[in-house]
Parts: sequence; C-alpha cells; structure tokens
Amino acid sequence: MALANKILAAHTDKEMISPGEFINVRVDLILANDITAPIAIREFQKIGVGKVFNPKKIVMVPDHFTPNKDIASAEQVKLMREFCHEQGIIYFEVGQMGIEHVLLPEQGLVLPGDVIIGADSHTCTYGALGAFATGMGSTDIAAAMATGDIWMKVPPTIKVVYHGSLQKWVGGKDLILYTIGALGVDGALYSVMEFTGETIDSLSLDGRFTMANMAVEAGAKAGIFRVDNKTQLYIKPRAKRPYRVYEPDNVSEYTQVVDYDVSNMEPQIALPHSPANTKPISRVGDIEIDQVVIGSCTNGRLEDLQLAARVLKGKKIHSRVRCIIIPGSQEVYLNALTQGLIEVFIKAGAAVSTPTCGPCLGGHMGVLASGERCISTTNRNFVGRMGSPESEVYLSNPVVAAASAIMGKITSPDEVINWGSFRETKPLL
Amino acid sequence: MLKGTVHKYGANVNTDAVIPARYLNVSQPAALAKHCMEDIDKDFVERVKPGDIIIATTNFGCGSSREHAPLAIKAAGVSCVIAKTFARIFFRNAINIGLPLFECEEAVAQTEAGDILEVDPSSGRIKNLTKGKEFTAQPYPDFMAELISTGGLIEYTKKRLAGRRV
Repeated sequence: MALANKILAAHTDKEMISPGEFINVRVDLILANDITAPIAIREFQKIGVGKVFNPKKIVMVPDHFTPNKDIASAEQVKLMREFCHEQGIIYFEVGQMGIEHVLLPEQGLVLPGDVIIGADSHTCTYGALGAFATGMGSTDIAAAMATGDIWMKVPPTIKVVYHGSLQKWVGGKDLILYTIGALGVDGALYSVMEFTGETIDSLSLDGRFTMANMAVEAGAKAGIFRVDNKTQLYIKPRAKRPYRVYEPDNVSEYTQVVDYDVSNMEPQIALPHSPANTKPISRVGDIEIDQVVIGSCTNGRLEDLQLAARVLKGKKIHSRVRCIIIPGSQEVYLNALTQGLIEVFIKAGAAVSTPTCGPCLGGHMGVLASGERCISTTNRNFVGRMGSPESEVYLSNPVVAAASAIMGKITSPDEVINWGSFRETKPLL
Repeated sequence: MLKGTVHKYGANVNTDAVIPARYLNVSQPAALAKHCMEDIDKDFVERVKPGDIIIATTNFGCGSSREHAPLAIKAAGVSCVIAKTFARIFFRNAINIGLPLFECEEAVAQTEAGDILEVDPSSGRIKNLTKGKEFTAQPYPDFMAELISTGGLIEYTKKRLAGRRV
C-alpha cells in the first residue's frame, strides 16, 4: 500500500485496503472554522446525540472573517464559540489563534500517522507531517462529530518525484505551482499526491506545508510526505500524545509516477484566473500591481516572513502599492517581532495585521476594487477571489511578492537585490 | 422525475464562482441563493426557474470545501447538476445535502443551454426533450446509493447510531 493508504488502513478494522473500496475511518482530529462550523453545528444538532463523541478531538478556529468584520460574521463566531464552550471543544480565541493550518501543527494537535478531517479544503496541509488529512464539507464534519468516524473511498496515489537542487529564489511554492501547472486543476482528482525525491529531502518543513497545502488545487484528496529527521525535529517539542510513523510498502501501487528535474526551475507565477495557469517569472512580462499580500495558510509561516524581510530590509514599498503582511499565527507574529522582521516591514511601508485569512478569500483586510491587480502568496486566483470580479490575482512565493512590492510590478528578485547579499542578510536587525 | 431548462457552463466551475466568499457571513440557503453563480453568470438568479438543471463539463465545484455552494444551487431551485466529472468535496457535499448529481459525458456533449431535460433520479435516465435524445448517467456505487436512499448523511448517521444502541 502507498503511504496514505497505510495510514487509512490502520484507522479501520481491516488489514488491507484497495483504491476504490468504501471504508469507515476512525478520525484523530476534526476541524471547522467560522464559515463552515455554523452549518456543521446546525446539522450536528439534527442528529440528536446531544454530546460530541470526544471534545478533545475537535478543534474550531475563528480565522476567516475574524476579528469579526461585520455583525453577521460576529453572529457566526458567537454560535461557534458558545457551542465549543458548551461541549468542551478546543477553541482558540482571537489573540491566541492563528490561521487554522498554521496553528494546528504549531500546537502539536496534528501528528504523523493521524487521520484528520476538516471543513476547509486546505486541511490537506497536514500531509507535510506524514498525516492523512483531507478537506470535507460541514455535514461530513457534523456526522463525524457525532460518531468519531467517517466514510471514505480509498484513493489511488500519484507519486510526484523531484530531482535536482533548487535555484535561487525558488522554494516549495514554486514546486507546487509548477506541479499544478503541469497536472492541471483536476490532474490529481480523487487521488493522493505523495511528494518525494532528493529535492524534497532538502526542503524545509515550512516549504513542505506550502506544497501539501496546495495539493487540493490539483484536485487531490490529500498531499503527503514521508516523515524524516526534519519532521521529527519539528514534532518532538510540540507533540503532547504518542504518534506513529508509517512508511509506504516497498511495492506500492501508484496510478501514475511523475518525475520533475527542477535544477533549472525559475520562480513560478500563476496568472489569472487559475492556479494551473503558471509561467516561469521570466515569461510573465511587465504587469503593474496595486496590492501585495504576504501571508495565508499557504505562505504565512516564519520562514516565509523571513524571506520577505530579507528582500524588504532597508527598502521602500512602491508609493502606489499597498503591501499587506499577515503572520499566520500569534506564535509566528511574536517570533517575527523578536527577530526584527515586523520593524523591517513597517519601515518599508507595509501594513502588518493580526492573523486572519481575510484578503485571501476577499473577506476583509485587503479587498480589491474593479480593475485592480494583486500579487499574493495565497493559494487561489479564481475570478472574484480577492474582491471585485473585475480584479486580478497573481500567485507567487514570498520573495517574488516582496520584490514586486518594491518595484510596483511583478518582478524577479534579481532586480531589487543580488543573490549574494540576500543570502548574507540576517533576519535579525 | 426532475424536469427543467438547462444552464450550461464549461470546465472547472469553482465554488467561489458558485457562491462568492464575500456572502459567506451567513449560512441560510435562501440568502445564499440570491448570489448563486453571480461572478460568472450575473443574470443566473433572475433566469433560473424551479426544476432547472445545471450542466457543466469537467471538475464542477472545485476549490473551497464550502457546503454553501450546493446549498445555494439547491435553494436557487436547481433540481440537479449533470457534469462529466465533479470535484470530490463538492460531490460529497451535494450528496450529503440532497442535491442530485449525475456524471454523463454524452448528455453534457449533446445538450445545449436552453434545452429541456427530464431526469429519472432512480434509474439515471436523462431525456433531452428538445433534441429527442436519451442518455444514461454513471450508476452510483452501492454504498452511495444507500446513502442517498436513506435521505443523506444525517439520516444515515441517525440510523447507524440507532443500530449501535440496539
């Protein structure tokens, strides 16, 4: 069995499972947010069990429209907060929270070998830790909150292998944008993407979170990585319960094996209006921008902010550009503060916000007007995603986004900083 | 029997297109239905009549996991969606809330916007009354057929839990 199915099988009463089979899977953690929880709670109440199966295996995070952007959002969060308090469900209040997919790994709530389901499509982020994590809707979450398990169709697995060392300015975001561009937005439909190869071995955990996060943009049910020393170093200080590391069988069935040599890869940009509409930056041309967003469940982690700060240090954001930087969690925010990154951002002329999904989905904190263009480190650039249906979103990594903020147009970092001095710039002031 | 006029779309209709996130500060289906398809088909809400059918090509419902998407489609009066393929979270959500979906390449290829379709959900037979053609959708796997006939996931879960208590 492939890695994902080894984990799934261990959460059923079966020894072996095969792609296409319907199974009932015990879950280790269930997640919902301020948009998806209200429906899940409403549906849960229809089941009539009164209490959730285990409140310590359920987490709810107010992150999408929070701090509450209007009265309607406040009512949704109130419903969720009261349900959590009444049931004893794990809840992170504004001021202690983060964007769910940045927060849960940090808090040690998601661990290798877990099965995690979340009412948010980017739940697949936790595959970076060698867990099986997948997004579902609110009613699925409601049923799982009552029973502790959920039905699934066993997915086939696509093995995605990366060779070669990463060139300057290139990271996990570029690998996944390139892959989505090559496979298409439904290229991995219903499948698991198992990411592997020597390039992955040298990639940081933050880079792996970015990749697993966007597996869903290729239609995948999950993205998954094997656990290595880097994973263990990340997990050990955070885990508060035992966990198990699974390995794929030597003879695993893959429906497809794709192989990429990335040694000549440039930073990748996804042009409007699809994450699969990717081009290397040298072929994007002169695109003027009005806004830059650095943050989100895709690229709102400490490493992302460190990279952006190394570009922005001592420079000024273009006078015509609004640059909005959103640390992904309170922990990321505090680390960015003590490392001097926040001072770099503010001196450069960026707006820094408390953690929120906000602008990524056109909620608040950076909504676009008609005709406006944004380069963003987020995950989707659909029509109207960040505001007006007549606006445009370009997706990139944090280094390109920061360089573009300085120049006022989509820019290779080469145009604002040379590679040598970038590498030497310490994040500390 | 489901019967209505066809509204046709292409590939990769995402859930932001079905219901933009800016309207997700509420979850009542009727409120969501007012903005259904707004960013890619501005007049959809004015044109759609009870029973109408959405047809699309591949990967319908990709993107966000928002269950608000099938809820908005259903509350707008749409009786079913027919596509070549569906994105997986949307597929689960629609089945769970009782919006019928059918996978049928031929029906998608040979139907135009404005055609009148009649669909028998129990057999998967799709009749294009305008063109005088007939198609059959992919049958559901047994487990999903059971889920649908029980009345969706909540009813199914109630039944399971009642079984456990016996």
